[in-house]
Amino acid sequence: MGDLVTINMGPQHPSTHGVLYLELQLDGEVVVGCKTHLGYLHRSIEKIAENRTYTQFIPFTDRLDYLASMNNNLGYCLAVEKLLNVAVTPRAQYLRVIIAELNRVVSHLVAIGTFAQDLGAYATPLFYAFSDREKIVELFDSICGSRLTYNYMRIGGVSGDIPAGTEQVIKDFIKYERKQLIEYNELLTYNAIFLARSKNIGILSKEAAINYSVTGPILRASGVKWDLRKEEPYLVYDQFNFDIPVGTVGDSWDRFKVKLDEIEQSLRIIEQAIGAIPEGNPVSKVNRVFRGTGEIYLRTENPRGELGFYLVAEGGFNPTRCKIRSPSFSNLSALEELIKGLNISDAVCVLGSLDIVMGEIDR
Amino acid sequence: MQNSEILSLIKNKFPELLAEETPHGLVIPKTNLLDVARFLKTELGFENCHCVTAVDRKDRIEVVYHFYSFTYHFMLTLKIILSMNDLTVESVASLWRSADWLEREVYDLFGVRFLNHPDLRRIMNPDEWTDYPLRKDFKREDFIPRPVSPGLKG
Repeated sequence: MGDLVTINMGPQHPSTHGVLYLELQLDGEVVVGCKTHLGYLHRSIEKIAENRTYTQFIPFTDRLDYLASMNNNLGYCLAVEKLLNVAVTPRAQYLRVIIAELNRVVSHLVAIGTFAQDLGAYATPLFYAFSDREKIVELFDSICGSRLTYNYMRIGGVSGDIPAGTEQVIKDFIKYERKQLIEYNELLTYNAIFLARSKNIGILSKEAAINYSVTGPILRASGVKWDLRKEEPYLVYDQFNFDIPVGTVGDSWDRFKVKLDEIEQSLRIIEQAIGAIPEGNPVSKVNRVFRGTGEIYLRTENPRGELGFYLVAEGGFNPTRCKIRSPSFSNLSALEELIKGLNISDAVCVLGSLDIVMGEIDR
Repeated sequence: MQNSEILSLIKNKFPELLAEETPHGLVIPKTNLLDVARFLKTELGFENCHCVTAVDRKDRIEVVYHFYSFTYHFMLTLKIILSMNDLTVESVASLWRSADWLEREVYDLFGVRFLNHPDLRRIMNPDEWTDYPLRKDFKREDFIPRPVSPGLKG
């Protein structure tokens, strides 16, 4: 064993997907130790929540996992609705499911594109993914007026109905995206170089995944058939048919494949929901100001895993405590163990497959 | 599965334990935390430590654990109440690896010290900081004088 070299990877580094700083101990090219430093994007959003009313906090949830803003909005609104006993109209529930699943597709597309980029498939897959993403982002723009931080969900529904013709746009997108998925499979999934770079790299066992409280596609890639939308359905997810894709080994390739398969399942859900949207008002008649007492811990299935909101209310206009249990935080905690013994280039592969967003890790 | 069932199972195992059931979870004394946690994990099948956090109630700090059981589809809320002059509690990171970072976050934001934690350092804020920003008595004006960071080492 030669002398160990300590290398700083990040906080400014294209492969760390945000401002993550890894202090790597290297023996030659092999990682023997890793220390993770977080906090470069810490805005103390949980403290901000204590000083805002329930409605005022919704835009801040956009800034957690900024690739899946709709899903964060949804998780927070569901938690507040359960805490304060607010009813949601059936139309709003269907709209929420469609929008959340569309956002899941967007988020997974970015994950796939950037993962391929990390492995050296320079530009092409990323451009494919981003041009697909652009279609949904434009759709969201027409629905709520923003392209990244949507602030669309409200306590008691959504901010407004979808514009006329949106259903047809979504139907066209589903048809288009199904063709694109075949393309992704040809371009990446069974590509020899891609397989060589990602197969059997960074294997996360079933037991370790549960012990680290890893959730979402990464847990499913390790072979645990677990999806909150199926196991503890919220909204109207129990009315749709869809499968839960699972991996076999739990390596980086499985994590990629599960995400790709989930896009197809999301499209299936959207397809069923779009034909069954009930008529009615997408916003229920609710108070402008909310107050209540109680405690609630509510989880939703985000693209990156289970997002939990722990809200404590003591009767005021704002919550006493708002803890955000972010999926990426727990997923990233498994990294130090995963990359020990790997080459530094494989560490980049593992980090890319974990698909972290620093916005929700640092909060 | 209900909170009350878990409570009776815990009371059967530890007859002297002063556990009580509240509408928002079980409250146990901090001296018994590690025993109860081990019992929950190994015998009752709570294999997932989903969330560890704290709530500042001004006169006391509650440490809140959310344990999940895949078999029963049940989320257990367990609470430890700490008085402000003794903010220490045993770490459960030896049982669940996920508790490692979650406890570091509670230490960083609330100043609760977890005994026998493998690596108790601040996780979000600079190491030189002495404040605990999520405490209710934390003043925002104090935020302005930032400590000088010695820079990245290595």
